[in-house]
Amino acid sequence: MEINKVLDAKGLACPMPIVRTKKAMDTLESGQILEVQVTDKGALADLTAWTVAAGHTLLDHKEEADVLTFYIKKS
Amino acid sequence: MTINKMTAAQVARKVIEKQPLFILDVRNTDAYEDWKIEGQNFEYLNIPYFELLDGVDEILPKLPSNQDVLVVCAKEGSSKMIAEMLSDAGRDVFYLEGGMKSWSSYLEPIKVGDLTGGGELYQFVRLGKGCLSYMVISEGEAAVIDAVRFTDIFTNFAKEKNAEIKYVFDTHLHADHISGGRHIAEATGATYYLPPKDADEVVFEYMPLEDDVTVKVGASQIEVGALYSPGHTIGSTSFIVDSKYLLTGDILFIDSIGRPDLAGLAEDWVGDLRETLYHRYRELAEDLIVLPAHFMIIQELNEDGTVAKRLGDLFAQNHGLNIESEEEFRHTVTDNLPPQPNAYQQIRQVNMGKVTPDQDEQIEMEIGPNRCAVR
Repeated sequence: MEINKVLDAKGLACPMPIVRTKKAMDTLESGQILEVQVTDKGALADLTAWTVAAGHTLLDHKEEADVLTFYIKKS
Repeated sequence: MTINKMTAAQVARKVIEKQPLFILDVRNTDAYEDWKIEGQNFEYLNIPYFELLDGVDEILPKLPSNQDVLVVCAKEGSSKMIAEMLSDAGRDVFYLEGGMKSWSSYLEPIKVGDLTGGGELYQFVRLGKGCLSYMVISEGEAAVIDAVRFTDIFTNFAKEKNAEIKYVFDTHLHADHISGGRHIAEATGATYYLPPKDADEVVFEYMPLEDDVTVKVGASQIEVGALYSPGHTIGSTSFIVDSKYLLTGDILFIDSIGRPDLAGLAEDWVGDLRETLYHRYRELAEDLIVLPAHFMIIQELNEDGTVAKRLGDLFAQNHGLNIESEEEFRHTVTDNLPPQPNAYQQIRQVNMGKVTPDQDEQIEMEIGPNRCAVR
């Protein structure tokens, strides 16, 4: 998987992870992939739901050592 | 326009006084549908905050201008952001300080009544989760029953009343919320009682709460007497306070009865639940005022915010006490049960002392309603 941009949103509390993710997505082209790293547990449900609402595709997510990583493909 | 914060205490007053409030809940739809701030005259709009990042214009027409609008989220951050956007758009709105996290934690102490010789009985209403705790106070001494985990609230309240907490009881091993009982006892030197039949696996010292155990509180010797009443759990025990109040734990609620499946198999304890509700409680005086450990719906609150009703009235009105056929009763309390409380297995482990989660983990475990009843 080719990552086009990485967003480090670790340590940020809700709503900032999503606000930053949205801004980062706005800079990408359709079909490009954003990697987002967050530590806020609430981001799992919110980022998943936001991705659907915004029409993007959540390709994968993983949790390692308290860091949640998401891979989102722009619509 | 202005943005103001509203505290959980202020929201609690609105719930109890049945005031109107418009709640804009900006959490995920799943979270909102699972659990929200309930008020009899509240109106709601649920739109997740992340759908409003491009602007709030589309929801402006849906927000009333003639009543308070409160923006609510899980922890506060998102509600504050949306409140600021609404304010920029020219609206006066509030956000909930601390979000649903603080709503879940808020306790409103309300006096239930006077006891013999100047004693008092208080109910601590946890509106967000529907938990009810109790304090019996009599001339310098206090007993606490079914305390939730915010131990400071109880120890400070007793201090204000110049009472020393001498006895701490749990009616059963709770599965929906983390008990504060053991910790209050440790902090105050009080004796902590727990029904031994629920305590097989607990890893701390406790006094066995057996049938007929009676303590006397304060100079006027107010009686708090135990009555074995199994069914929700096999150890579930009720209390009769001052021959006037019946604390039913999770066995009997105002508009529902306890579910028998949170600590094992429902089938095993159906008979016990039936025996308690249809025989043991029937032998008691109908004028006893029932004080349960939970409420499920906001309509169970009395005018003053207490959750209390005469036992005789419950025999007449509570559906769970009026199922004649044993077969139908069995069906009602074992089939089609509502979902179990959030993290109930973990919460039981915490209450046994087997695991010690940190503050954030405790908050996470206690998210959502209590779900201890079946109707």
